[in-house]
Amino acid sequence: MLVKTEELRKYFKIGRGQRLHAVDGVSIEIEQNEILGLVGESGSGKSTFGKTLIGLHARTSGEAFYNGQRLPAKFSSEDHLHYSQELQMIFQDPYSSLNPRMTVLDIVGEGLQIQGKHTRTQIRELVAQWLTKVGLNSDHMSRYPHEFSGGQRQRIGIARAMIIEPRFVVCDEPISALDVSVQAQVINLLDDLKKSMGLTLLFIAHDLSMVRYVSDRMAVMYLGTVVETGPADDVFFEPQHPYTQLLIESNPEPDPKSERARSHVPIKGEITSPVNVQPGCRFADRCPKVMEHCHNTSPPVVSTSSSHTVACHLFA
Amino acid sequence: MVDDKTHDRILEVENLSVEFSTYGGDVKAVRGVSFGVNRGETLAIVGESGCGKSVTVQSIMGIIPMPPGRITGGSARLNGMELLGLSAKESNKFRGVQIGMIFQDPMTSLNPTMTIGDQIAETLRVHRNKSYKEASALAVELLEKTHIPEAEKRAKQYPFEFSGGMLQRAMIAQSLACNPSVLIADEPTTALDVTIQAQILELMSELQRTENMSIILITHDLAVVAKMADEVAVMYAGQIVESGAVDDIFYHSSHPYTLGLKKAMPRNTGERKQKLMPIIGSPPDLFSPPTGCGYFARCPYAMKICETRQPENFPIVQDDDHHAMCWLQHEDAPVTKELHQNHASIDHAG
Repeated sequence: MLVKTEELRKYFKIGRGQRLHAVDGVSIEIEQNEILGLVGESGSGKSTFGKTLIGLHARTSGEAFYNGQRLPAKFSSEDHLHYSQELQMIFQDPYSSLNPRMTVLDIVGEGLQIQGKHTRTQIRELVAQWLTKVGLNSDHMSRYPHEFSGGQRQRIGIARAMIIEPRFVVCDEPISALDVSVQAQVINLLDDLKKSMGLTLLFIAHDLSMVRYVSDRMAVMYLGTVVETGPADDVFFEPQHPYTQLLIESNPEPDPKSERARSHVPIKGEITSPVNVQPGCRFADRCPKVMEHCHNTSPPVVSTSSSHTVACHLFA
Repeated sequence: MVDDKTHDRILEVENLSVEFSTYGGDVKAVRGVSFGVNRGETLAIVGESGCGKSVTVQSIMGIIPMPPGRITGGSARLNGMELLGLSAKESNKFRGVQIGMIFQDPMTSLNPTMTIGDQIAETLRVHRNKSYKEASALAVELLEKTHIPEAEKRAKQYPFEFSGGMLQRAMIAQSLACNPSVLIADEPTTALDVTIQAQILELMSELQRTENMSIILITHDLAVVAKMADEVAVMYAGQIVESGAVDDIFYHSSHPYTLGLKKAMPRNTGERKQKLMPIIGSPPDLFSPPTGCGYFARCPYAMKICETRQPENFPIVQDDDHHAMCWLQHEDAPVTKELHQNHASIDHAG
């Protein structure tokens, strides 16, 4: 196992003594060379989890382990320098995540430059190699981000993360800003890199079909907690948790016949606020199968098979 | 059922062309687009960013800024009335009255300094000469129609107090204020989560049934198209490259671009996962559009003629409403394996 968290929590103080429970006790494990897909609605805490895991946020409580070592709760600048050689991140927005005043050479080569192990010429060579690997041209090195399309910028972001040759990469919605035809290019690129570099990925997205396609295993988050984990196909085709079932039911397919056959039961309600959360199951207010004690006691995590877990009172 | 389908047409757009003047030259954003919308049906216009789908409907609504925009040709008739080239005063009579519109980002489309109720009431006061009191009461009714809980209380709130899904409901309520016969929805669910998307799409279908509205749905998402559309128009580089009934578009895709879009998306058919097939390259530069087919440079089936001559809009035999703008539909074109071709289908059928 390469990455592991135990009851990881991240709260944000939002004034007036209130705290926002962005991530509230997440325990997951990611095997070496595995892609774990993390799905959930906006506000479910999936991005915060990814960032906290690799030290971009200091965690409030809980533990995070990488390769058997305990990661510090709050990264010092030495920690950042040390761990950034192994842990990297690809961001959602290809527009705001690249410094508009830096050339592609400086953006992609910055990590190597900070490491200080390479000469300027070596960095140039490596940047050229990586630009070609992600499907760009080495002539693009002296250009600025605004000269590229969204898909090309996302490749620059990928090259920037991969040039370090990390072992674990958090991909935070890497394709949601891209057109369909370009999404496929980026997904295939990540898949190739996973195979050739032996990478381990946490793939955060809200596009269920894409997560199912990319991932080996899938975890579903709701209001800061993981409600279900399991092999991607099991979770997608045999969802156990009422929330996962609701998500999959809402996910339209590019197939008119199966859409016409779908039952048209609109799902009520919206994700609630993670401020001042009540005890009990987070999903109780929207759950169609809610029971009395769901409102009072947190659901236990139950294994429905050797690799599939559900946090729900229905299975207790 | 109406015998002659054209009688049921509510909106007919013919040969619409739109350009934008920029420092770099004129961008030919829409290049001769024709389509029709039937009463009570949904037409989905699908395409990727920059294909001209939003500009098309914005020109019909008369809301593209002119200059730099310029409608260089074509017509758009609503119940026989020409919409293009109307004066500002004249277009105010149909815009928001006979055609309603909702946008992708409800947060920036509503006025943050007015309560939701007042914004809806304003539409009613301007277009339907209601008094302030009548309009306010009607606004609450409209909010109830879009299933906003506690509508009376919500009408007094400001946009920032609404979630994204609730704002989209409020925008739909506002667009319904004058009982429009056509609702244009420009990427209405792109900013929303999948469960909220399902709610909003369900609401739109419900209102379409109860109000007998026609919907033009602009989207990039083929799954949303499959769920909502009766008719589909696939746009690429400012042109409609394939159009027809939703089943024809999905099950008898006749343009390589439509096929390419389908193969770039993951399909959840329980079988072994098929590798995604990206469409290599990027759309052509619309400052100087290609003389031949716009998709030539990216098309896996491209032939010599495609580079130099604009393809005709060939009808696909089994249904005359299904058209594809592709030389492969010419009777002399070679038969390809995956693409549905009119001349090939005769052989299979025979």
